[in-house]
This record gives sequence, structure tokens and C-alpha cells, in this order.
Amino acid sequence: MVKIILFAPLIGALIAGFGWRVIGEKAAQWITTGVLFLACVLSWIVFLWLDASNVQHLPIMRWVESGTLSADWSIRVDRITAIMLIVVTTVSALVHLYSFGYMDHDPQWKEGEIYKPRFFAYLSFFTFAMLMLVTSDNLLQMFFGWEGVGVASYLLIGFYYRKSTANAAAIKAFVVNRIGDFGFALGIFGLYYLTDSIRFEDIFAAAPELAQTQLHFLWKEWNAANLIAFLLFVGAMGKSAQLFLHTWLPDAMEGPTPVSALIHAATMVTAGVFLICRMSPLMEYAPQAMTFVTMIGAFTAFFAATVGLVQNDIKRVIAYSTCSQLGYMFVAAGVGVYSVAMFHLLTHAFFKAMLFLGAGSVIHAMHHEQDMRNYGGLRKKIPYTFLAMMIGTLAITGVGIPLTHYGFAGFLSKDAVIESAWAGTNGGGAFWLLLVAAMFTSFYSWRLMFLTFYGEPRGDQHSYENAHESPKTMLMPLGVLALGAIFSGMIWYGSFFGDHAQVNKFFGMPEHHGQADQSEGHREDKKAHTKEEQDADAAHSNSSNDRETRHHASVPVGAIFMHPDNHVLDDAHHAPKWVKVSPFVAMLFGFIMALWFYVWDKSAPARVAQLNRPLYLFLLNKWYFDEIYNAVAVRPANMLGRLLWKRGDEATIDGAINSIAMGIIPFFTRLAGRAQSGYIFTYAFAMVIGIVVFVTWMTFVSGAN
Amino acid sequence: MVPADLSIILPEILLSVFAMLALLGAVYGRKDRIATSLIWVTAAIFIIAALSLMRSANGTEIGFNGMFINDGFARFAKVVVLFSAAAVLVISPDYLAERKILKFEYPVLITLSVVGMMMMISAGDLMLLYMGLELQSLCLYIIASMRRDSLKSTEAGLKYFVLGALSSGLLLYGASLIYGYAGTTSFLGIFAAAGQDHADIGLLLGLVLMLAGMAFKVSAVPFHMWTPDVYEGAPTPVTAFFATAPKVAAMALFARVLHDAFGGIVGDWQQVVALISLLSMYLGAIAAIGQTNIKRLMAYSSIAHMGYALMGLAAGTSLGIEALLTYMAIYVTMNVGTFAFILTMQKDGQPVTDISTLNMLSRSEPGKALAMLVLLFSLAGVPPTLGFFAKWSVWNAALDADLVWLVVASAIASAIGAYYYLRIVYLMYFGEEPQEALVCRPSVVLSGVLTVSSVAMILGMINLLGLEGAAEAAAATLVR
Repeated sequence: MVKIILFAPLIGALIAGFGWRVIGEKAAQWITTGVLFLACVLSWIVFLWLDASNVQHLPIMRWVESGTLSADWSIRVDRITAIMLIVVTTVSALVHLYSFGYMDHDPQWKEGEIYKPRFFAYLSFFTFAMLMLVTSDNLLQMFFGWEGVGVASYLLIGFYYRKSTANAAAIKAFVVNRIGDFGFALGIFGLYYLTDSIRFEDIFAAAPELAQTQLHFLWKEWNAANLIAFLLFVGAMGKSAQLFLHTWLPDAMEGPTPVSALIHAATMVTAGVFLICRMSPLMEYAPQAMTFVTMIGAFTAFFAATVGLVQNDIKRVIAYSTCSQLGYMFVAAGVGVYSVAMFHLLTHAFFKAMLFLGAGSVIHAMHHEQDMRNYGGLRKKIPYTFLAMMIGTLAITGVGIPLTHYGFAGFLSKDAVIESAWAGTNGGGAFWLLLVAAMFTSFYSWRLMFLTFYGEPRGDQHSYENAHESPKTMLMPLGVLALGAIFSGMIWYGSFFGDHAQVNKFFGMPEHHGQADQSEGHREDKKAHTKEEQDADAAHSNSSNDRETRHHASVPVGAIFMHPDNHVLDDAHHAPKWVKVSPFVAMLFGFIMALWFYVWDKSAPARVAQLNRPLYLFLLNKWYFDEIYNAVAVRPANMLGRLLWKRGDEATIDGAINSIAMGIIPFFTRLAGRAQSGYIFTYAFAMVIGIVVFVTWMTFVSGAN
Repeated sequence: MVPADLSIILPEILLSVFAMLALLGAVYGRKDRIATSLIWVTAAIFIIAALSLMRSANGTEIGFNGMFINDGFARFAKVVVLFSAAAVLVISPDYLAERKILKFEYPVLITLSVVGMMMMISAGDLMLLYMGLELQSLCLYIIASMRRDSLKSTEAGLKYFVLGALSSGLLLYGASLIYGYAGTTSFLGIFAAAGQDHADIGLLLGLVLMLAGMAFKVSAVPFHMWTPDVYEGAPTPVTAFFATAPKVAAMALFARVLHDAFGGIVGDWQQVVALISLLSMYLGAIAAIGQTNIKRLMAYSSIAHMGYALMGLAAGTSLGIEALLTYMAIYVTMNVGTFAFILTMQKDGQPVTDISTLNMLSRSEPGKALAMLVLLFSLAGVPPTLGFFAKWSVWNAALDADLVWLVVASAIASAIGAYYYLRIVYLMYFGEEPQEALVCRPSVVLSGVLTVSSVAMILGMINLLGLEGAAEAAAATLVR
């Protein structure tokens, strides 16, 4: 069944991409969309009826066999694969459907030009590559998917290839990802070097050993596990647009909006988070690298949220929001609560895809106008879109009933992340950064809503008048995603962030520290006592059960692995009440600020911006990251390239080759032509000369002996 | 002489008998009118002979007191010779008929020369070597000048004959020197007399003279000068034959003599063979650039290819012989296809050989142009075509024998050589608009051979079509 899920999109892509001339434009669209819905249904079946405790391996065929390096095409099905399956296929299927409406009559193309089959083929190809990534059984196959989604992303960002900005954005995305992929590749090489295998099973089994290994890299000795984990995370940073490698994501909004929803919000950008969770057995042994992950995640969440505050392009706001939410996921993974990272990944996929598709619907209605300053008062014009966007906003800002488990998806997952961050860093910086980011998230999300749907229309009167609700193909996906945005958090809260037994069962993990669970009951009242007991427990399992622990470590069971000493999940549950309420308060504060700025006192934003002009410009220019990179990397690289091209290649190499090819060789050609006189005696003479030379040669060779 | 000996040379005997019968039958029968059917029958017999050789016993059979050796190496070379001769035969009749030189002697002479080649390949003695060589050469002299009313064809035949006689003389002189110093004409005896380290100067002198004679047959520099003139002057099907089967036979003979008779003193001849190889590669690459006639161009191309093949011989190892056999088999396949294409070239019903007539062929004959493109890429050694793997295998063998300088030099030569192959591709696809497009001869056989050969160039990248294993087994029987 998983094979069908995996290959259906590929087949769809091939048929649509190469066969649309035969089957026609409409058929190509229907086939790709149809197979995606099939894959989607099957994915849900796999997800719901998954036997999590039993990781399945479905070999397809042998791929590489060279020395000790061996890699299969093989599918690994466990819980996090299943989660990714439903996320990818659901969003992809809905985006396919949505594109029927959105891509119709695209003003980028002339009348009569056929571009839709190409678009749908790319989308399906992307889906295949993404599925390849999430179902992989070894690092090489994962890298294949990793690069496959990169290619698809490149093709789709540059889909409007007549726009120079789209081409530039596509190249930028590709190049920035190369940097991350370089780290990822080094990580794979390192793992192969150390463990002699790239299969997940072998690597996981060797992880405890790696933690004891020292490795010489560049100029100093490193702990192998930390180094490898760091390198893999560099790959994840590129793909998931984390700080320092994030610059491509906002520019990627040059692609069509459905692409942004599918690739740059719900699926591809979460590949980095997936990688960290997949490699959790290794990550658990790399504490310093994980601290780094936490830090980068928290700073990204904060940074992107601040930039999101002042952006005016509706898609860019959501792009920075995506960047920020990815930071949340990394924080959760970084503190060792992988289940929560996956939880936020799941819920985020629903509400962020919906926000993007909603934004697409707005853009569609406004005739491809994207500047929010030209919107306003659209609530009446496009009520369904408004409703969808409202649900999405409620979800992302985290609206729910504090201290209960009732609320929109984002409320449950984001609060889980923040509580984990508090527990994982002992109330440290990451927690506070996330809290501030949550407040900003609320502010910019509501700002978007108020600017777009409330107030007076500020833009072109004509396009406001003609604004119309989107067709059903665009609204249906919004409806489905809305269900996810509302309920997905409540349904799976227990599975991802419930008590130990529930989480372990869901992810198919063995009961690592059941004893710690039992002691939970006491803990609320007798904190100190429990702490002691817990330490004793840990010591106990470390000493007497050493072999058993080893056994667990050597064959990690389940989708994710949490070290026996990893109690962050428990600690998060027992966070103080103020911690649990704080995200809600932050959200409320952000909401009120937005309300004040954009509804009650509309001159406030301009005034504040005037007062803090340097800060405003700093944020508006995205912390000047692009400018710095331009000066530090892009321009020197261009100069070096120009030097090598003009001086090195054209002058030196071409010059030398040309003078040989056009001066010396023709001389010899003429010479050979003249020797070929046509007279027999010349020919015979040549033979005799040849014999003389060879006899002399031979005499010398043997005469030397 | 016992029946066992006869059974070993049964294929040769049968082919000879067939040639005699065909000759008699045609002379007393309907003469040239049966030429076409005789060509097809001959080709069929070649193929049957090749297939039966492929299926015959694997061991080494030695007949006539060591004069005749039928081992794996011989079988491999014979199969290649027979197949290529058959292929050349079937692409011939149309062209010959048009020029009114479709004579029944043509298949008969080819059969006899093939018998000569098979004897060369199996020679275990200087006597048999010379007999085979002369039988082959005499037939070739005749068919080179088959077009008696053409000045060029007769000139080609005469040149070939005179120079061939000179080379035969050299070879014979070398053979007699060797006999003088070794006291025997059998390869086994010479092997023993030459010793394991360095041989007598007299023996070496004989060896050099024999090398010269054999280099003439494979048209290696500096004994190549007849090649362009003969290729150009001879009728095109004859040229196609010259470029394929005799080259394989001569190359096999070369390997047979050097390994069977002088295998103990590899160090003595290795440098000379390497030098011949190097000169051939460079001359073939450089001189071909100036050519405007595609047959002359193919002559230089074959000189260069012989240079590459000799690299395998220069390695002096079993791996080298394997590479040599692989190279020759691939070379023959490419050349048969290319000549099938050259045979289709015609303008106003007249065959043409001028390269400039190929301008923009891709427009008038897209299919043939594409097939030719593949073949030219393969001739130039562009991956992933089979021609690349041929070069790859000889380089591999030469590297294995520490002939790094030769590999580097030959890589440069192949880069130079790529120029003239690619120029034809350029003309076919991006050339000037010709006043009058080339209309290819609509012939099923020619198109078929062309297609099969070019498809093989591409499909060959899958496991070399099993060639490597066969060549390896064959090489193992020659090099001890």
C-alpha cells in the first residue's frame, strides 16, 4: 500500500508532464489530482491502522552496492513516516485541487499558452520526492528525496520564468540550500566513515558508541556524535530556512501561491524537523548539538516574528510566520521532545497551508494584488475566504481555553512547544524568546486580518468592486483544512503530548522509564523527594540494568527515541501554571496591540514607526541579512567568478588551447598531407625509414643489457 | 596427417571447398547473374560458420604438429572476422550493381581471403603464417582493383600490390632470420629459443622486420601510407571490407606472434609496439583533419583506431589482449555501420563521398543522421557509447602495465581526433543550407545494418553486450 502511495504521484507526474500532448490539458490535471487523492486516502488508512510498535521495512530494489557501502530502495514505515505521509498527501491533494481554480487564467501567460500540465506535473513530482524523503530507510535514499524536493522547489519557484525576480528567487533558493546540503552530505559521509553503513538501523545502533568517539575534523578534535548531529542540522537549517540560511524562503514567495502552501509551508520546509526527529537516536547522544538546535530554533522564531511585524506583502508575512513556526519545531526537537516537534509540524501543516491558500484566494479575488496596504474591507466581498482565514488565524495565534485541552490546533501544539522549552532549558532564554515570538505572531496575524478584511478599501476602487469569491475548487480545500486547523490539536493531543504510556504507544516505543511515570503522582506535592527518587531511579537503571539499557540502545524500537535520562516531557507536564498560561497571555496581548494599532487608532503604526525609525527600517529590511550576505558572499563570489572566467578561462586556457588547435595542429596536418604524395617510392621510403628507426631502437634497448 | 587434424581445420576446408564449387558453378553456370544470390549464400555460410565456431568445444586444439592452433583466442577472432565479412557482403550488392561491377568473383575472392585470415589467426608456425597472409593479401589486391575501368581503382590495386609485396618481403626476411637464429619455424620452438629475458640481436632483427610486415597489414604508422589511397580508390564496399575483417585478422596475427613466439621477451618489443601505437594515434588524428573525402577520412580514422588497439598489445598482458579483442570487435561494429551509411550517400543517383554533401542531412534524413551521429560519437569515444568503453578498456590495460605516458598521450590524441568526427556532426546538424540535399539510397539492408550498429553503440553500455567476458576468456588462452 505504501508503495502505491509512493509511486502514484510519480506516475501522475510522468503522465502529466510527458503525456499531456496526447491526453490533453484537462486530463493531465485530473489524473495528477486523482492519484493524489488516492494516495491521500491510502495514507490515512496507513496512519490510522498503523501498528506503531512494529517498524515495517518494505524493500523495493537494490540501489548501490559498492564495497561496504550498500543502499536499497526501501520503505520504512513507522509513526513519524505515517504522520508525514498524511501531511504530505493531504496537503498535496488539496493543493492540486485548489490549483484548478488558482492557476486558471494566470495573467503571467498569454492567451492560449498551455502551462497547467507542467505545473501539475511539477507538483506531483514534488510530492513523490517528498514521499521518498519521508519513507526512506537509509540516508542515501533520504538525500535523493531531499535533493528531489529541492529540484521541484526550484522549478516551482521559477515557474513564472518570464519574471526575472522569480528566476532570481529560484536560484537563490537552490544556492542557499546547497550550503545546507553540503553540511548534510558531510554528515552522511561522516556517519558512513564512522559506522560503515548508511542504514538507519545500523546508525541508530551505533549511536551510543559515537558519543564515546572522538573525531578529528578541520583543526581540532570533536565528539563524533555532536559533530555529526551538527552537520546534519546544517542540512536541516538550509531546508527548513533557519536563521542564517533562511533568506531564500521569503523570496520563494515569487512562486505561485499553491506552491507556497504546499512546499514552503506545509511539507518541504518541515523536512529539516523530520530529519532531526528521524535521527533522534543519534541526537539524544549529542547534547551540545541539541543545545545549538534549540538556540537556532528559538532565535529563528524570534527573528522571523519581528520581521513579520512590518512586512506589507501578504505572502511575505505568512512566509516569515512559517519561518518562525519552524523555529518552534526545532526548539521542541532541540530540547528532546520530538513528539511535540512532530505535533506542531502536523498542526502547522494544516493551518499554515490554509492561511496560504486563503491568502491565495484573496490574491485571486484582488486580481493578483499582494500588498496589504491596498486591501481593506474584504470581509463582505469574500465571506468564505474570510471565514477560513479567521480560523487559520485563531489556530496560529493559539486560541483556546487555558489550562484545558480545548482549543484550536495551534493552541495545543504551540503551548506544548513552549512548555517543553521551559522544561528543557529550565526556564531559560529559549522559553522567553518563544513567548515574545508568540506575542508577535499574534500581532502580525491579526494585523494581516485587520488590514485585509476590515476597515475601508484602500486600494484601487475598481479591483475592490470586482473582487469576487473564489470558485468551489478553491474553497473546498479551505474547508477541509479548516477542519484540521480546528480539531487536529484536540484529537491528537494525548498521542503527541499526553502521558508517557500514551506517547510511547503512539510512537511504538518501549516503556523506558515506567518507574519514573509511577513517581509522577507524588511529584506535585513532594517535589524534592521525587527528585531524589528520580535520581535514584536513573542511577538504578544505569547501574544494575546497564545491560538492558544497552540492549534498548543497541536496537532502538519505535519511530523516535528518547534517552532514559530524558525527562523533559514529564517536566513539561509539571510546569507551573503561569508557564502554561503565559502563551495565552502573550497571544492576548498581541491581539490587543493589533486591535489598537489597526482598528482603534489607525495613525498609531505610522507614529510608532516614525518614533523608532532606525528600528523600523531594521525590521523592514529583514535585519539587513540580504545586504550583508550580498557584501560578504555574493559579490566576492561574483568577482572571483569573473576573474576566473575572464583571466583564467578565456585568456589562459582558451588561449592556450586555441593556439594549439588553430596554429600547431593545422601545421602538422599540412605536413602529413604533403607526405601523402601519392608516389609509391615515397611510401616505400617511409617504410624503410621506419624499419631503420625501429632496428636502431631495438638494438639500443637490448644493447643496453 | 590424421583425421583429427582435419577435423580441426574443418571450417577452413569447408569454406575453401565452397569457394571452389562456387567458382566452378558460376563459370559454367549463369556467371554474374547469380552474383547477388551468391553473395547472400556466402554471407549465410559465414554466419553459420561463425555460429558453429561459437558453439564448438572450448578447449585448445593443436593440429599438424603445432602448425595450426585452434584456441579460444582464435575462435573469438574468427567469429569477429566472419561476422564482419558477412556484414560487408550483404551491404555490397546494390552499390556494385549500380557501378556494373557486380561480379561473381567478388564473394569467391572474399571467401578465399577469409580462409587466409582464419589461417593467419590460427597460425602456430611461421610457414602457415606466411601462407595465410599471402592468401589473404592476394585476394585483397584483386578486389581492390575490381573496377578495372577506373583509374583510381586500378591505381589503388597496384599500389597496394607493390607495397604489399615489399612488406611481404620484409616479413619473409624477418622470418628467415628468426629461423636462422632459432633453428625452427614453430612458435613453440621460437619461444624456447628466445628465452625469458632478452633475446639474441639476430632474433630481434628478425622480430623487427616481422613487426614491420605485420604493421603494414594493420596499417600502422609508418607503414600506413598505402591506406588512404587504397581506401579512396577501391570501390566503397571493398573499402568497407578492408577496414574490417583483414584488420581483425592482422591484429590477431600480431598478438599471436608477439605472445606465442615472443611472449618471453615482452620487454624487448613493448617499447616498439608502444611507439607504433603512439605514432598511429597521432597521425590518424592529425592527418584526418584536412580531409574532404569521407573514405580518406575513414582511412585515417582506422589508422588512429589501430593505434588505440595496439595500446592493448603494448601492455603485453592478458588484460591487454582482452582489451585488444574488445576494441577490435567494437571497432568492426562501428565501421560496418559507418560504411553502410557511406554506401547510402548519393546525389542524382550517383554515389558521392564528399563530406560537404552531408550539410544539413538532419533535415532531409533525420533518422540516418541520428544513427550516424551515434556512430560518430562512438568513433570519437564519447561516453556512454560503446566506442568509449573500447578506449576505456585499452587505457585500463595500458595503465595496468604502467604505460602512463602512453595513456596520457592517447587521451590527447583522442581529443584531437574528436574534432573531425564532430565536424561531420556539425555539418549534419548545423551546417550550411545545401543547394541540393543529399538523398540517401533507400535500401532496407543498408538502413538495417546502420540501425543495428548504432543501436548497439548505445545498448553496449549495458554490460558491453557480454563482450568482455568472451574477450577475457579468449585472452586467457593466448597469454601464458
